[in-house]
Amino acid sequence: MFRRRRTLAMLGAVALIPILIAIAVRVSSSRATGRGPAFLDQISQNGLFVSFVAMVVAIPLFLPLTVGVVAGDTIAGEAGGGTLRYLLVAPAGRVRLLVVKYLGSAVFCVAASLTVIVFGTLIGVILFPTGPVTLLSGDTVSVGESLLRSLLVASYVTISLLGLSMIGLFISTLTDVPVGSMAATVVMAVASQVLDQLPQLDWLHPFLFSHYWLSFADLLRQPISWDSYGSNAILQGAYMVIFGALAYGRFSAKDILS
Amino acid sequence: MTRDAGGMAIETAGLTKRFGSQVAVNSVDLSVPSGSVFGFLGPNGSGKTTTIRMLLGLVTATSGRATVLGHDMPGNALAVLPEVGALVEGPGFYPFLSGAANLHRLDGADRLAPSATRSARVETALERVGLGGVGNKKVKAYSLGMKQRLGLANALLSPRRLIVLDEPTNGLDPQGTREVRSLVRSLTEEGTTVFVSSHLLAEIEQICTHAAIMSVGNLVAQGTIEDLRSVGAPTVTVSTPDAAETASVFATLGLAAEITHTDDAAVVTAQLGTVDPDAIVPALIAANVRIRGFSVLRPSLEDLFVQLTGEGFDIVQ
Repeated sequence: MFRRRRTLAMLGAVALIPILIAIAVRVSSSRATGRGPAFLDQISQNGLFVSFVAMVVAIPLFLPLTVGVVAGDTIAGEAGGGTLRYLLVAPAGRVRLLVVKYLGSAVFCVAASLTVIVFGTLIGVILFPTGPVTLLSGDTVSVGESLLRSLLVASYVTISLLGLSMIGLFISTLTDVPVGSMAATVVMAVASQVLDQLPQLDWLHPFLFSHYWLSFADLLRQPISWDSYGSNAILQGAYMVIFGALAYGRFSAKDILS
Repeated sequence: MTRDAGGMAIETAGLTKRFGSQVAVNSVDLSVPSGSVFGFLGPNGSGKTTTIRMLLGLVTATSGRATVLGHDMPGNALAVLPEVGALVEGPGFYPFLSGAANLHRLDGADRLAPSATRSARVETALERVGLGGVGNKKVKAYSLGMKQRLGLANALLSPRRLIVLDEPTNGLDPQGTREVRSLVRSLTEEGTTVFVSSHLLAEIEQICTHAAIMSVGNLVAQGTIEDLRSVGAPTVTVSTPDAAETASVFATLGLAAEITHTDDAAVVTAQLGTVDPDAIVPALIAANVRIRGFSVLRPSLEDLFVQLTGEGFDIVQ
């Protein structure tokens, strides 16, 4: 996967998010300090905040987009390229192939989340002053602790994307056209977030896989509120089980005609 | 390695595949003896590839059973397939990886393939199909024929007991086609069974010991090449200016003559049946028939093929 230019290009695009945000804030803040959203403005006081802001920007669309491309491509991409039959005849084993493909997507989730955090932290350190970080709860923590929390956020976002990855894997077993399953996976992510915004459907909200996506802010309080971390992990686990079972059911008996 | 019962590398019984209401393969009973080079013939759309996909466990049969190397498929796919090399409906590779990297990846997908010898085996396979010099080029720079060769190399990565080649000479230049033939011969010398699907009859006649013919999903003929050739009756052809006399001599020998007139002579043909061909010319000479040409023709595989699968060009299904 990482030998593909596409993967590197997507990680590059994800890395651009914190960089662009930081540059934009740097340029504008030199003219008029104190303007803009409160959260965004924190950056100019402390560079370590860049990665958190970038994550808020990245998680609704950019990260699901890249995950959709990777997860939607897993099986359909092999089918479309004519390599699926050779993998199965090798024989790779259908279950094993699904597991390996899913692990690949999961590794990409880790890589994408870390890219935002690492590049966010780097650019923040370069462009802005750094020092003890003031959390959302008003407490202040040391630089070391804030870096640790950055990694916690990365792990939270990775877990957040695992459910979507499994949905992508399942959709990918339905078709031989990779573009179709990529688009469908991204549409699922957008649809889930739209539904999450409709107050009429509030009974449904806790079951939407995107429901806790932005709750990583809870990791930036003192003391850390682990509730959303746990709920998110359980929810994503449930999605992984359900769509993993669907993917297995679909793929284990599928006629490979590609 | 255990030899399978009855010495059959592939055996199917009533193998059937329906796609919706369409029957792609209809109750096929194949018997491919171990060590044979088996030609699998049929026009486009006759169910060859679907049959091959069922044998390889890619497609589940609607009914019937298939045994490959003595094990039921697709249930024992993971046990059987490491000993089977296959080229199915053209090569499929990652264009962004080199030829060698593609082979490494496919070999890695087989859990039983030893990783210690992987590099050596990939190199040998590439050498064997004539890609030794370009193994490190990305596949997107390969021509169709080179990809086809890479597909063959993939089938040869490990020692195999059965090699399944679907249209192996597709896209190959004449040298490549010759190399495939010699490759198949060298494989048989090692004791490997080779199952070749093709619509190139001359190809099959040259290299195969056995053949089967598919038509519209049905298996219409199967056996050794000699058996198949002898299905059609041999004909005797005499070219002569004395057509009428020839016909009467034929009649006394018990042959039903058919006369076709050409500019200054006629061609008289008859089904040979049980008549000794060596007795025909002396009889004609005794009757003072002038003979310009005489031949006894056994039908070629192509004649049989056309006879069994129809003349039409249109795809039936």
